[in-house]
Amino acid sequence: MLCQSCGKNQANTHIKRVINGELTEYMLCEKCAAKLGYSNIFENFGFGFSFDNLLGSFFANNEPQLMPTSNKRCDFCGSSFEDISNTGKVGCAKCYDAFFDQLMPSIKRIHGNTKHAGKFGSKTGGKKNTLKSKIQALDEKMKVAISEQNFEEAARIRDELKKLREKEGLGNE
Amino acid sequence: MSKWYEKAGDYSDVVISTRIRLARNILKYPFPCKMNSAMKREVIEDIKAALSKPEFKSYNFSCLGGADANIIQLKSLVERHLVSPDFVNPDKFKAVFLSKNNDISIMVNEEDHIRLQAMKEGLALEDTYSAADEIDSKLDESLTFAFNEQLGYLTQCPTNLGTGMRASIMLHLPALKKCGMIEKISSSLIKLGLTMRGIYGEGTEPKGDIYQISNQVTLGISEKIALKNLNDITLQIITQERNCRKELAKNVQVVDNISRSVGVLKTAKVLNNDEFMKLISKVRLGLSIGVIKGISYDVINEITVKLQPFMLMQAAKEELTPIKLDQKRAKLMNEEFRKVEVL
Repeated sequence: MLCQSCGKNQANTHIKRVINGELTEYMLCEKCAAKLGYSNIFENFGFGFSFDNLLGSFFANNEPQLMPTSNKRCDFCGSSFEDISNTGKVGCAKCYDAFFDQLMPSIKRIHGNTKHAGKFGSKTGGKKNTLKSKIQALDEKMKVAISEQNFEEAARIRDELKKLREKEGLGNE
Repeated sequence: MSKWYEKAGDYSDVVISTRIRLARNILKYPFPCKMNSAMKREVIEDIKAALSKPEFKSYNFSCLGGADANIIQLKSLVERHLVSPDFVNPDKFKAVFLSKNNDISIMVNEEDHIRLQAMKEGLALEDTYSAADEIDSKLDESLTFAFNEQLGYLTQCPTNLGTGMRASIMLHLPALKKCGMIEKISSSLIKLGLTMRGIYGEGTEPKGDIYQISNQVTLGISEKIALKNLNDITLQIITQERNCRKELAKNVQVVDNISRSVGVLKTAKVLNNDEFMKLISKVRLGLSIGVIKGISYDVINEITVKLQPFMLMQAAKEELTPIKLDQKRAKLMNEEFRKVEVL
């Protein structure tokens, strides 16, 4: 792509500006970027070490990309996956839905897990999923019993869990 | 009522305090990195409104807000471990709500909308978690937090997804340090999904042989199990530290060192913070191996916090030059150590 300012040189600087919440993007060449006062940002490039960047690289998928990078943006906060992967920061709660598939591999790498096993928010599913949370609580209890080598108790909970899971299965059908 | 840092709790010979921090975001706003100033102000107001409801009356929260908070006051909060060091960068759109007892702090617009933190003296993971959990549930009722069945509580940084919970225990480990065990423990903790850090958290140097250990993984593990793991490991470290101390007690050089430290604290006229932290660590060790008497863990905990630079300035209600600070610190220690005896 050619520089949007001079239209002559190859653009190698991507400038994003947010003014009053409105995002504008430019692709500029080095010279025009310097002229417009964007050069100093890169002065420390390569020396600065930031944790965010380290984390950002976590998101960059190492696997070869089969699809061209999409221009998809989160419709709530306007983040693109590129923004997230550059900063290591997710823009809003909806981004987790919008970029679920892209984020998932990194989340798995960070935590080794992909399924929440803790507290449920009071409004967000806590009440409507009583069966689910019951199963979760029991599952938990079973793990504790196993870690304490209380196998009798663990077996009792396992049987109870089996019944509840069957019930859950019926409910889903 | 005395504050957590003025008391000594369970396992007080080794454990100084327990902290639980929960990361939460309000569903209707984007995360802090995508918020403008107006939104940040709204978030602060929303939380202020929620905390002024009757169910929070007993906590007696006060708000130290952006523009009117002075830097000495903010930095003294770091020294009391009530806010993270990052939080102190002057920013009009951050605020912290502090309970009267100083045991609960709610940081607003840091990395997430809400960083809810509960602290207690000694090893008390379950109690500290319940304190945080109770406020979390009440706040969720009025604010509605971002939550997803699969990923749990949604956070700006995916490292906090799931429970959003970071539990930390502050430990005094002079003997393990002296025996060169810290690196070894630190690297085995990583394998267990835990980390070990310096006194003020991420990226800080350990001072006075004080270390923090905390859980790392927040997704796929429940609060209860994470706390149990941390508790089990802490108990093991406590046992190791105590065994190591028993060995050190036999070493005449170690005992001499403790004895001399008491001497300096009784008589010094100028005492800088680094030297003070080293000496008070020796005193804590001396107390646990029965070399000194006339002081208790709660007093040591209290002075370790109250003699930090910004706490001293806060008490003096003015900015102090380094030499004035060091003199003030020495004077306070001379008084505190008048009755301390070496056996």
